[in-house]
Amino acid sequence: MELKTLTYLVVGASFVLYIGIAIWSRASDTGDFYVAGKGVHPLANGMATAADWMSAASFISMAGLIAFLGYDGSVYLMGWTGGYVLLALLLAPYLRKFGKFTVPEFIGERYYSRAARIVAVICLIVISFTYVAGQMRGVGIVFSRFLEVPIGLGLIFGMGIVFVYAVLGGMKGITYTQIAQYCVLIFAYTVPAIFIALQLTGTPIPQFAFGSTIQGDSLYLLEKLDQVVTALGFAAYTDGTKGTLDMFCITAALMIGTAGLPHVIVRFFTVPKVRDARYSAGWALFFIGLLYLTAPAVGSMARLNLTQTIQTGSVGTETGNLAYEERPDWFRTWEGTGLLQFTDRNGDGRIQYYNDQNPEFTNQAESYGWKGNELTVDPDILVLANPEIAMLPDWVIALVAAGGIAAALSTAAGLLLVISAAISHDLLKGVLMPHISERKELLAGRISAAVAIVIAGFLGYYPPAFVAQVVAFAFGLAAASLFPPILLGIFYKRVNKEGAIAGMITGLVFTYGYIEYFKGLFLRWAGAPWAEDVAENWLFGISPEGIGAVGALLNLGIAIIVSKMTAPPPARIGELVDHIRHPR
Amino acid sequence: MEQNTTKNKYWQENLKLVAGCLLVWLTVSFGFGIILLEPLNQVQFFGFELGFWFAQQGSILCFVGLIFYYAWRMNGLDKKHDVEED
Repeated sequence: MELKTLTYLVVGASFVLYIGIAIWSRASDTGDFYVAGKGVHPLANGMATAADWMSAASFISMAGLIAFLGYDGSVYLMGWTGGYVLLALLLAPYLRKFGKFTVPEFIGERYYSRAARIVAVICLIVISFTYVAGQMRGVGIVFSRFLEVPIGLGLIFGMGIVFVYAVLGGMKGITYTQIAQYCVLIFAYTVPAIFIALQLTGTPIPQFAFGSTIQGDSLYLLEKLDQVVTALGFAAYTDGTKGTLDMFCITAALMIGTAGLPHVIVRFFTVPKVRDARYSAGWALFFIGLLYLTAPAVGSMARLNLTQTIQTGSVGTETGNLAYEERPDWFRTWEGTGLLQFTDRNGDGRIQYYNDQNPEFTNQAESYGWKGNELTVDPDILVLANPEIAMLPDWVIALVAAGGIAAALSTAAGLLLVISAAISHDLLKGVLMPHISERKELLAGRISAAVAIVIAGFLGYYPPAFVAQVVAFAFGLAAASLFPPILLGIFYKRVNKEGAIAGMITGLVFTYGYIEYFKGLFLRWAGAPWAEDVAENWLFGISPEGIGAVGALLNLGIAIIVSKMTAPPPARIGELVDHIRHPR
Repeated sequence: MEQNTTKNKYWQENLKLVAGCLLVWLTVSFGFGIILLEPLNQVQFFGFELGFWFAQQGSILCFVGLIFYYAWRMNGLDKKHDVEED
């Protein structure tokens, strides 16, 4: 069977599965719609959380990023998993005990303030839309590459599927489809990794292959990789290039941001008991870990495979580089997407792939007759091209396409649901129309989910200039705005509404301002970014990706100082805090 | 009043447990994976430099273990102080 037909079949079958589940698990009331009736088994919720959390970025981009960053890529590995420790120890059980539907609702009640709730809703909506735009883009890329349909059509397909199960099923529908999506994506991720590990090292388990010797060589994989890349002027794979403080701050910002992301937090509202919330976070990280422990192995093996495909012989010998005419098939297909580009700078018909930004290597390269790096590789293609590079059977390639779509759709659905809950439950029911009936609120939830899907699709088709800045922005904002007030709300009774609001606004403005200043987000028309995004300009050498950690600290500090200077919160708030601190 | 003091004790013990777990969390990631990277990298651990291994594998394994340990200990504390859900 032809690859395209096979891909259509596999992806189509996964869609039929998701829709079937959605019809089976329709939501019948607001409890089902917002929190799946609080009846999800902790293990099942852990799996759903893992799919909710692992986005197109985790599935498609992360291993590629690590492949090109080496040790520096560790910030993503530690940052996106360590946040679950914070979530499990500091937030999840207490928010479950609180027992309501949304994150802004907690902030509104704990700080006895509609204003606080509205600030939280605004943070939530900005974070979630930024994030969802990236997901829809991922769906579009997978569709256009594997199913060879235009990106727009791919987006409409993806939106249609999410529409069916998010609007019909609400949280309940999403939970069970996410479980199915987790199975699809983890299978799709692991199978090629196992094959590649076997080919390279003879060990089937990628995590062990990562630390094994290369087949037919006495060198360890990582030693070999360091040798191969440094010979071409790149930094050694196991060495970092980022400053220690910057590494520290980026990791912290990603961790705190993860713990503050509303679509992740809300998943812990769906389990029956407080003790389930604790275990559920453990299961979530276990299922996430299966992918996150594989990703760095995949990254290192892919980098080695790629480099050795191009640099076929010793560096500097005449025939040491791959002749363009002999390039493999996957090279041709990915050239078609523009994500892989070759320019023959020295006109020798061969591909030179090396670090031409390294001044020490320049002379050497010139002596070989090289006139600059000739190959640009978008890190996003590594995972998707991996099965082709390793010459795996067609069904594996089809599976990876289905996995990428599953990862993007599951995250998009989770995000759309928190957006719709924030609008129908927090804005409409909480502020604008407190007397709305439950049936009408459910309808409002469905309508806002539908509208959010259309906006998300639009953002995916016309990605705003800042999609590349999503990481810095969404995580920085979640870390600096939402995490601190929730944490203080549980652990420090003295914090009052003045403190919480002042803290949130400070964290938000500082973090947003810093990222805008160096990267340019919404104020590009006014001349942003205002400074070059390089280490010399940064505050204490902290990059915009890591500034959320500082924003979170500022938020905490301001909240405590302002609270101390103003009147303590009313007595009933102390009782509320006691209530959430104790499971019974 | 008496109920209040046992509840206080429950909360104090919880805080101690959280602090201990967070210390481990801090050590394996920020400590071993970032600050102590260079000295730990002098140690070879199978095919890895140890600091690099902590940054890309070890810390994640510790995180998973930590959460399950905390959940197990807390559920015990709930029982001990009789604040368990029915």
